[in-house]
Amino acid sequence: MMSLESIPIQAFLIVSSALFCIGVWGLLNSRNAVRVLMSIELMLNAVNINLMAFSSYVDNNLIQGQVFTIFVITVAAAEAAVGLAILLSLYRNRVTVDMESFNLLKW
Amino acid sequence: MSIAITTQIICFSVLSLVILIGALGVVLLESIVYSAFLLGGVFMSVAGLYLLLNASFVAAAQVLVYVGAVNVLIIFAIMLVNKKEDLKPISDIKSRRIISTSICLTLLSLLIRVDLTNVWSLSSPQNSIGEESTIRIGEHLFSDYLLPFEVASVLLLMAMIGAIVLARRDVMSKDISTGLPVDQELLEKSSEPLLTNKN
Repeated sequence: MMSLESIPIQAFLIVSSALFCIGVWGLLNSRNAVRVLMSIELMLNAVNINLMAFSSYVDNNLIQGQVFTIFVITVAAAEAAVGLAILLSLYRNRVTVDMESFNLLKW
Repeated sequence: MSIAITTQIICFSVLSLVILIGALGVVLLESIVYSAFLLGGVFMSVAGLYLLLNASFVAAAQVLVYVGAVNVLIIFAIMLVNKKEDLKPISDIKSRRIISTSICLTLLSLLIRVDLTNVWSLSSPQNSIGEESTIRIGEHLFSDYLLPFEVASVLLLMAMIGAIVLARRDVMSKDISTGLPVDQELLEKSSEPLLTNKN
């Protein structure tokens, strides 16, 4: 039995927009490099919610959005592993995780 | 989804409240360890939203990959770089905060405006594949998304090797900066950091 009424798609979109903006704020304002990586994960999750909402409301027979979400999750896992490895080698060389002190490329 | 609409709305409101408050906690809390555990809560609630959207497979993947792997990795990184340090104060921190907050609020209002004013071409719920979505995802992955699927496995292999190479201490026989031979033991030894005190 399929119910015709359901949560409007706008609700999902607004939640994902708010989550994305919180992620952007954290990315711009964090001084701890680990927190920057966490903000990136928040933004990726916001994008995933968006893809899932569209796949369920707009493309609910072919659900290509869910396949896209699987690929985004894969790339996010790879990104987290490489990002944290870069962070570890930075920490080894600079003995800090303060984003303000990573200024080797500053001219 | 055969759950009553009231139940759906209650579940959705609770999950989105947890997501938004948890995300605010992740970026605002002072202690990074609390942030990491709150991030796990946010990931679990996002998996709950996926269940509301009839996507049990993606919800399971979310729990396994994000909560089981990414979050654990972040907690390990916090454990490895856990050093209390007094951050140097930044002179123009206030103007930076104001500018970044206004940028984020503008972006949020723009996105919400698009969400609410655009007319989405929704398809009728009768066509919905419903609980069969796992089967459909499998069909996609082995027919029209086969090449991206195989490329993803290569990507994961490259990321794994890259992470090992980056995180291992001594992979070369000579130190790049001093030219001295380095020992290849796996034990952590105290060595002089290369790039400190350079501003």
